[in-house]
Amino acid sequence: MKSVRHGGIDCDVHPALPGMAALLPYLDPYWQEQVTVRGIDGLDLSSFPTQMDAHGRADWREAGHKPGSSLELLRRDALDGFGSQLAICNPLYGVLAIYNEHFAAAVARAMNDWITAEWLDREPRLRASITVAAQNAEHAVDEIERRAGDQRFVQVLLLSQDDVPLGNRRYWPIYAAAARHGLTIGVHAGSTYRHAITSNGWPSYYLEDYAAHAQGFQSNLLSLVHEGVFAKFPSLKVVFIESGFTWLPTFMWRANKTWRGVRAEVPWVDRPPSDIIRDHVRFTLQPTDAPPTGADMERVLNQIGSDDMLLFSTDYPHWQFDGDNVWPAGFSDTLKQRVLVDNPRNAYPRLKEALS
Amino acid sequence: MARHIVADAGEIPPGGRKLVTIRGREIGVFNQNGDYFALLNRCPHQGAELCKGTLIGLATSTGPGNFELTRHGEMLKCPWHGWEYDIRTGQSWCDPNDIKARAYPVTVEHGATLVKGPFVAETFQVEIEQDYVVIEV
Repeated sequence: MKSVRHGGIDCDVHPALPGMAALLPYLDPYWQEQVTVRGIDGLDLSSFPTQMDAHGRADWREAGHKPGSSLELLRRDALDGFGSQLAICNPLYGVLAIYNEHFAAAVARAMNDWITAEWLDREPRLRASITVAAQNAEHAVDEIERRAGDQRFVQVLLLSQDDVPLGNRRYWPIYAAAARHGLTIGVHAGSTYRHAITSNGWPSYYLEDYAAHAQGFQSNLLSLVHEGVFAKFPSLKVVFIESGFTWLPTFMWRANKTWRGVRAEVPWVDRPPSDIIRDHVRFTLQPTDAPPTGADMERVLNQIGSDDMLLFSTDYPHWQFDGDNVWPAGFSDTLKQRVLVDNPRNAYPRLKEALS
Repeated sequence: MARHIVADAGEIPPGGRKLVTIRGREIGVFNQNGDYFALLNRCPHQGAELCKGTLIGLATSTGPGNFELTRHGEMLKCPWHGWEYDIRTGQSWCDPNDIKARAYPVTVEHGATLVKGPFVAETFQVEIEQDYVVIEV
């Protein structure tokens, strides 16, 4: 791939944990022994299996290794490859799907030690999301407090399909801690598979599972707005990662229409849902569900009604586009500049200092 | 603008309403504890018969989980899509600057004043000792 100089902030790259063995140095003796004796391994989320072609672009893979497990390759292909000045690491491992909340908290803590020592400390252009065990908000808040002093952690990472929609008060202590420390909430596509992936039950095919993720994000968006998360935490920003965004216009029309009719049920939602979404929710660029032409995309972007909402992302090492075609047709140079730098800087309070 | 006598005072009870037709226009006249208001019986959204909607209070909140109800019976909820309108002004709650139901000035006047004219009262025999509800259309 030829090198391009975007100077952007890549808001979604995925360093891969090779396996539990890589976390052993960061677990205490009790959990080291549990993991070793019980042979606990392979907690990758099954919503996006590592052996799928799409999990690693052919030219970004290294034989015998998980895509995304090499810092050298991430430097070459993601940071240098797209000329990004910063990239935010979203390590995906099955922490949120572990039933034992104590083990989940231990793995989350180890994940954060691992990403600090093996990625952040070795590459100054990297930032990271805090992995938390949201099974128990107290555990999650403890972990946020433990990491908050390190400004390289810019976000708290949640999964798009957890046990309950993300506006539920169960998560509010996490949002309060994030707001307190200027951390953004990142919601990444993925499911714990404790509930059917669609609201109608279990589908038969992977294709349905993959496409239905947009539905999960939409439910979360309704939940965050109408449970009043943004009324309670007015400074909070939420980034939907790998949610797609071209569904936003029709979704916002429907949300606004419904609000006009039955808003008395949620009187704290005192302005149209679309206004609240535009103020508080951001969306990563890749993967893009692009319409057929650039002209169609321009129309969609117009209907979204804000140049502030999209954040540059490559989704490295996942295969969402070929070569350096990270931009779908229909983005003006002015908008690209916003998506590359201005919008990420505004979505992540902790990046402002790094960039000033 | 012409003044139209549309009801005897007392004919519309507090919290009640009366639909009248003035020069082909259906208008709802509301009595809110002695204050009278009149709105065109047409929702600016899609034309439903707005004045047949339910009168409700105004729900507001200081934050999630807090519910307050004020202005009892002063909001009119359109029977089709539930949009709320302030019966005092016709303004919609959700988009007060751009979506308004047509409102008309209403007064209660004494028959002795009314007989001096001008007024329109096709169906009323105005008696000087009576009060009447008058709309300007």
